[in-house]
Amino acid sequence: MKNDQTLGEILRQQGISRRGFLKFCVATASLLALPPGMVPAIAAALEKARRPSVIWLSFQECTGCTESLTRSDAASIEDLIFNTISLDYHHTLQAASGTGAEDARESAMKENWGKYVLVVDGSIPTGNPGYSTIAGISNVEMLMEAAAGAAAIVAVGSCASFGGIPHASPNPTGAVSVTDLISDKPIVNVPGCPPIPVVIAGVLTHFLTFGIPELDELHRPLAFYGKSIHDRCYRRPFYDKGLFAESFDDEGAKKGWCLYKLGCKGPTTYNACATTKWNQGTSFPIQSGHPCLGCSQPDFWDAGGFYHALSIPTEDTARTVLYGAATGVAAGLALGGLNRARKAHAARKHEKVTINDLEKGG
Amino acid sequence: MTETEFLLWVRGPAFQIATAIFVVGIIVRILEILILGRKPNLAEARGSAVAGGFRTIITRTWPDSGTFKRSGFTLIAGYVFHTGLFVTILLFAPHILVIDEVLGIGWPALPTPVVDATAVITIIALVVVLLHRIKDPVLRFLSRFQDYFVWFLTILPVITGYVAFHRIGLPPPTLIAIHILSVELLMIAFPFTKLAHAFTLFISRWYNGAIAGYRGVNS
Repeated sequence: MKNDQTLGEILRQQGISRRGFLKFCVATASLLALPPGMVPAIAAALEKARRPSVIWLSFQECTGCTESLTRSDAASIEDLIFNTISLDYHHTLQAASGTGAEDARESAMKENWGKYVLVVDGSIPTGNPGYSTIAGISNVEMLMEAAAGAAAIVAVGSCASFGGIPHASPNPTGAVSVTDLISDKPIVNVPGCPPIPVVIAGVLTHFLTFGIPELDELHRPLAFYGKSIHDRCYRRPFYDKGLFAESFDDEGAKKGWCLYKLGCKGPTTYNACATTKWNQGTSFPIQSGHPCLGCSQPDFWDAGGFYHALSIPTEDTARTVLYGAATGVAAGLALGGLNRARKAHAARKHEKVTINDLEKGG
Repeated sequence: MTETEFLLWVRGPAFQIATAIFVVGIIVRILEILILGRKPNLAEARGSAVAGGFRTIITRTWPDSGTFKRSGFTLIAGYVFHTGLFVTILLFAPHILVIDEVLGIGWPALPTPVVDATAVITIIALVVVLLHRIKDPVLRFLSRFQDYFVWFLTILPVITGYVAFHRIGLPPPTLIAIHILSVELLMIAFPFTKLAHAFTLFISRWYNGAIAGYRGVNS
């Protein structure tokens, strides 16, 4: 495939019908919460879009994000969109390695300087450059070099977006996110552990058609991260009615009641899981009976335990109450004794005033 | 400090400090009152002090018609916000979860829309009570800084809770952290201000009733 072909041409070559293409545009418009009138605009923009060069850098990560994006089982138009971006460098997916691979990255950067999309997954260690290197180049150095010529950066997954698991306490590698290091480029965070495949497709489609999508304060596209899991959860009516599963196998759990008491982070988690779901819209964690871990939020790993509700104290408060009560009783008895002594002292010092004293005074 | 670190600090060390101050403070205040005691009444008893004490604890819960006529507004507004606080604090699922975690006891929650509406009514009632305090010349004359301060400490958790529940303005973890922090401020001030009436009111009712009961008088 040549880089100068438009997306429309490539899709037609691959046997995608106009009808199929438009269906994808309609789905994308609704995903992005755009009015139906925008469908022709999306179609027209996608038709004319050139294959953008994409350079994918993987740092301190588990490859789960790449797995998520490449394992959407049925061949969908999203896949084709992925096939039609020019993924010029992705060291996990590409056959080449070592110097050959690095040469490919450098030549892709040079050819498309200022125009390519830089996708990053994984956090970047700042503790010691040797903690994570690719072909002898430290992660920080590679990121800074590639970011300099990028049109935009997409941080895929919670590690690249917020530091993720490598950033979890005590953060031995000094892991940081892309936004911690770069502030002079448009950055789109697509957090999640891993992120939903259709979300990354949606973000790329938006980038191809209308540029950088509207973002929240954490640089997440509002179209996908604008609503909390809680607000879109099909179990929400049970929360509102006060019907909760108390354990994973009680009557409430079997009836599909709210998982808040089992530690669900839905109320504070912003992601599209409850609407787009996973595995071609089959299900999502809460639907399968597990509380939301809050994986698309910063520091979700350190938020006080997956199975503890967000409202409850993290330390042993019962012990504090017990010790406090013992201290209170001791202090109260001591102060009470002092007060009594003062009272008795005052009573002893009290001098009675007689009528004679008053007459003398007058 | 990130929003998660803030939330963890508020749920961790800050909550422990607030709990310790609250528990120690309340127990010290109550013991001080009880140990100080009252002067022995040397007159012959004309009735039971114990019966009078218990009776008054119960009867003072409901105002007599004279009081109602004189200050009906204060009574109604007072009942509304106290009932509202009771419902929002003790019958909201996440709050029951905290109590269950700390004390090991729990009970069923009210539906959240009911608690939500109650919170709004409570906020309105508290604002009305403040306006009344400012407008009424006698109340205004009697009010000190502490009266306004404890009003502020009381309404703050209701407002921050309402905002956190509806997730208005800030990231949700920050909103929850601010809400918990406002409750911790209330807990710290509780034993050392007029807020302590939540614990001492039954003691004072008891004393009033017992004194009257001893004299054979209904109170």
